[in-house]
Amino acid sequence: MVYWLFLVSCGIAIFAALMAITRLNASHALIYLVITLLALAVVFFLLGAPFAAALQIVIYAGAIVVLFLFVVMMLNLGRRSVERERQWLLPGIWVIPSILAGGLFIVLGIALIGAENQAMIEGEMIGPRRVGAAMIGPYVLGVELAGILLLAGLVGAYHLGRRYLDERRER
Amino acid sequence: MIDGAGAIPLEHVIWFAITLFLIGVVGILIRRNVIFILLSLELMMNAAAVVFIAAGAFHDQADGQVMFMFILALAAAEVAVALGLVVQLSRRFKTLDIDAVSEMTG
Repeated sequence: MVYWLFLVSCGIAIFAALMAITRLNASHALIYLVITLLALAVVFFLLGAPFAAALQIVIYAGAIVVLFLFVVMMLNLGRRSVERERQWLLPGIWVIPSILAGGLFIVLGIALIGAENQAMIEGEMIGPRRVGAAMIGPYVLGVELAGILLLAGLVGAYHLGRRYLDERRER
Repeated sequence: MIDGAGAIPLEHVIWFAITLFLIGVVGILIRRNVIFILLSLELMMNAAAVVFIAAGAFHDQADGQVMFMFILALAAAEVAVALGLVVQLSRRFKTLDIDAVSEMTG
């Protein structure tokens, strides 16, 4: 049962990811990305990580993709951008990247098959309590560093956005 | 939680993560629009997160999910700065083509 749910959500995630990278309209692609992320949340839940699944929905699908959508709407990409995308996305352009990616897939696949290891994930639930204990225990330095990274991201985003606002005011 | 009537093979999770990662790689290589490149980067980061969570679940340790938190923080910071750059690119060059800013050729 769990395995079938896993297979179905994998299929949905891969299909939506393929759709997302081939759409011409950026907002359509972002909606497909949301579907991929929600399917991944199901996978996380089935792997016994309910806290990660919740965060995947709240932060990834709820905050990061919404940020993308805000920018796409702010840039006001209309029908013209779809036409331009059609020019940029030439019919044969995907052939060589796909061959390279296929080669990589085969190499990694050989490594996986060669392992001969029937490891099973039992899906024992690891709840938020244990994750939180690990985060303020052995990983406390990493959490501090993540905080510094987020602060740097905040300052960088403010700086980039602020110059844009100043230019607009001068005009 | 649904009780573990059928367990998931670790290999299949890794196959799935590889596929998702390679879709992201192909997306980066074929698109010229910056927004789609960022979108493909998100796909690749999520593929890495799947492997972390699967490894954490396999060893019955919380470390995998802690790494997922770090990936989440990284993605949030990256997206904030990258979208600021996208806005600047759009204002200065009036395009979202990544090749418009390839002036720094050595």
